[in-house]
Amino acid sequence: MDPQELREIAEDERQNSKPTRVRCCVAEGCLAAGSGAVKASLDDSVAAQGLGDAVEVRPVGCLGLCSKGPLVRVDPDDTLYGGVTSDDAPAILSEAQGHATDLTKVDTSHPFFAKQLPIATENSGMVDPERIESYIAEGGYESLFHVLREMSPADAVGEMTRSGLRGRGGAGFPVGLKWATVAKMRSERKYVVCNADEGDPGAFMDRSIMESDPHRILEGMAIAAYAVGANVGYIYVRGEYPLAIQRLRLAIRQANRAGLLGTHIFESPFDFRVDIRVGAGAFVCGEETALLASIEGKRGSPRPRPPYPAESGLWGYPTLINNVETLANVPTIVRKGAEWFASIGTDKSKGTKVFSLTGQIENTGVIEVPMGTSLRVIVEEMGGGAPNGCRVKAVQTGGSSGGCIPAGALDTPVDYESLAALGSMMGSGGMVVLDDQTSMPDLARFFMEFNVDESCGKCVPCRAGTVQLQRMLSRFAAGEAREGDLPKLEDLCDLLRNASLCGLGQNAPNPVFSTLRHFRDEYEAGIARAPKAEAAG
Amino acid sequence: MAVVTLTINDHLVSAEDHQTLLDAAKAADAPLPTLCQLDGVSDVAACRLCLVEIDGSPKLQPACMTPVAEGLSVRTDTQRLRDYRRMIVELLFAERNHVCAVCVLNGHCELQDLAIEVGIDHVRYEYLHPHVGVDVSHAQFGIDDNRCVLCTRCVRVCEEVEGAATRDVMGRGTNCRIISDLNVPWGQADSCTSCGKCVMACPTGALFTQGATTAEMEKDRSKLSYIVRAREEHQWVR
Repeated sequence: MDPQELREIAEDERQNSKPTRVRCCVAEGCLAAGSGAVKASLDDSVAAQGLGDAVEVRPVGCLGLCSKGPLVRVDPDDTLYGGVTSDDAPAILSEAQGHATDLTKVDTSHPFFAKQLPIATENSGMVDPERIESYIAEGGYESLFHVLREMSPADAVGEMTRSGLRGRGGAGFPVGLKWATVAKMRSERKYVVCNADEGDPGAFMDRSIMESDPHRILEGMAIAAYAVGANVGYIYVRGEYPLAIQRLRLAIRQANRAGLLGTHIFESPFDFRVDIRVGAGAFVCGEETALLASIEGKRGSPRPRPPYPAESGLWGYPTLINNVETLANVPTIVRKGAEWFASIGTDKSKGTKVFSLTGQIENTGVIEVPMGTSLRVIVEEMGGGAPNGCRVKAVQTGGSSGGCIPAGALDTPVDYESLAALGSMMGSGGMVVLDDQTSMPDLARFFMEFNVDESCGKCVPCRAGTVQLQRMLSRFAAGEAREGDLPKLEDLCDLLRNASLCGLGQNAPNPVFSTLRHFRDEYEAGIARAPKAEAAG
Repeated sequence: MAVVTLTINDHLVSAEDHQTLLDAAKAADAPLPTLCQLDGVSDVAACRLCLVEIDGSPKLQPACMTPVAEGLSVRTDTQRLRDYRRMIVELLFAERNHVCAVCVLNGHCELQDLAIEVGIDHVRYEYLHPHVGVDVSHAQFGIDDNRCVLCTRCVRVCEEVEGAATRDVMGRGTNCRIISDLNVPWGQADSCTSCGKCVMACPTGALFTQGATTAEMEKDRSKLSYIVRAREEHQWVR
């Protein structure tokens, strides 16, 4: 592959595009709602009406508003249809030809769409995730070419540092610093690993990116590999994401065939091979040392750090581990420049964040907003608030490792520091909205139950402590807690936070701490009082 | 080899630079409680009993896996650490069915010694009373999961010293079990050489010699480090 060929592919793809494009979402959410049949019906209708020259039915990734799926979006008028059934196909096509029908449309000027700023998801819902040409037509792999041709590895690292991008997996470690550390390690071999073991309850944004735009992840990995000096990469995907695995596999095959992965990429001396490793259902394998053990074929349990993977990772070699969304930002940062990226967001949190908005809220789906957007904008304006006339009570971010932000603090801007100051965390991007029907001790019990199931069993505080916490929380939720249970609960939470081996155990008490901080009265109400002695009569 | 100087509980001590904080603390007469650590096999920092405070670091570090360094200032015995150690041992007692009165190792048990060392007079946590089994299918030895603390010393000694890798861990969280081969009865595990090293390594009565009765058994753990030293340093000393 040379740049000329790349441009020819893009040009051909643009030449072949039809005046009217009917984009039908084929990501998992809409597929589950029946978009497979909708797509087939659209294809049939196009054939039946002889519109093959004028209309293209394009299977695309996530169109965002999952609660209204299956979704179909029609260009050039940019009309969005929600809740489409296969019977609607002829009507959609006749509207596309300019004949009005009574099909209901989704208002694309709604804040849910208007307040978004897609970077990592810029191609989601635009490109066909199963065709590399479709990605190339949107400028795909040009960033990789630019980096290989115009930049030294150190320049590429510098670009990430200047962009201010921070890890999107949860902790927010500066990406440039991580790349620089791995780049500086002297080693005959290095690895790049994409952490796609998204497992937080309520998080589905990484899945959406993988299903919608898999080539973007490969391009991000290749740029990272060039920057740090690695030649082999692994994508560690959880086994519960079969469609993401299938599309990534297909993307790797296409990129290899096109010479965009493999040896002498763009006729440079740079070689890069990518393989997929499928997880077997353990949440703890999202923790980087457990993830590495799992790739090596061992039991997926964490080990103490240091040494960090940047120093001693896969098979003891320096290894760069980045999350899906982090890598998805990389091609755009290269294309538009670090300064452009750094101009978005807040002082310390640059760029955008993808959230999966779910729970007791009107509009659920995947959104990408600039850092610093307030929770109120996300929940009330974009999300439309709680359904059925209920009030929003709290927003849970960061999954089982995160915490609850009470409705009173909804004006908090979304960035790493502000969320941490409230006792929650950015986390990977799951945002679960809770209405006033939710019992907070019961919510904490739910997350603790998750941790009991997912603890690997290696260290004592996490293994034997989470199960005790779960039992105590069940008692609080049922109103059967005993006097003295509250300090005992807090002491045990403190032990887990400080004495556990890995992040799973250390963060397991966060849902308890944050609900205790903002909703302590509900815990106190869960303590069973001794029955009062009957008044002497 | 270089020597470094560090502070342990306000006392200056010297240590060889390949040593861990656990070695240094032992040499400085400030020994730490341990459970998963065993001389002769690799360290895993799983029991969290040897956690220490290091000045200037917000995180507690496991002494068994933290190398000494020049100028470190370490605290091994603060009230906070004592509280944590006691909670950890209590959690272990609540997790399985530890009944000293009917245990072969009563009086010679590391878990029992730990309980005394950290000052346990009662257990604050709910006993889980799990239904776990006893496997006496092996001709000489037996394993009683009721007494297992999942320290994985048997797993490591089997793989690293004997080279058989019969033992492994199955399951997750509190449902973890020590298994033989691919979860077959011990007596049917083809890879087992019946060397008995796992029995020696076990801190409790979970792995035992058949025929031993209550409080009758003692374990010869120093034999393991004797074997390792003989192999690696060619010194036959105990």
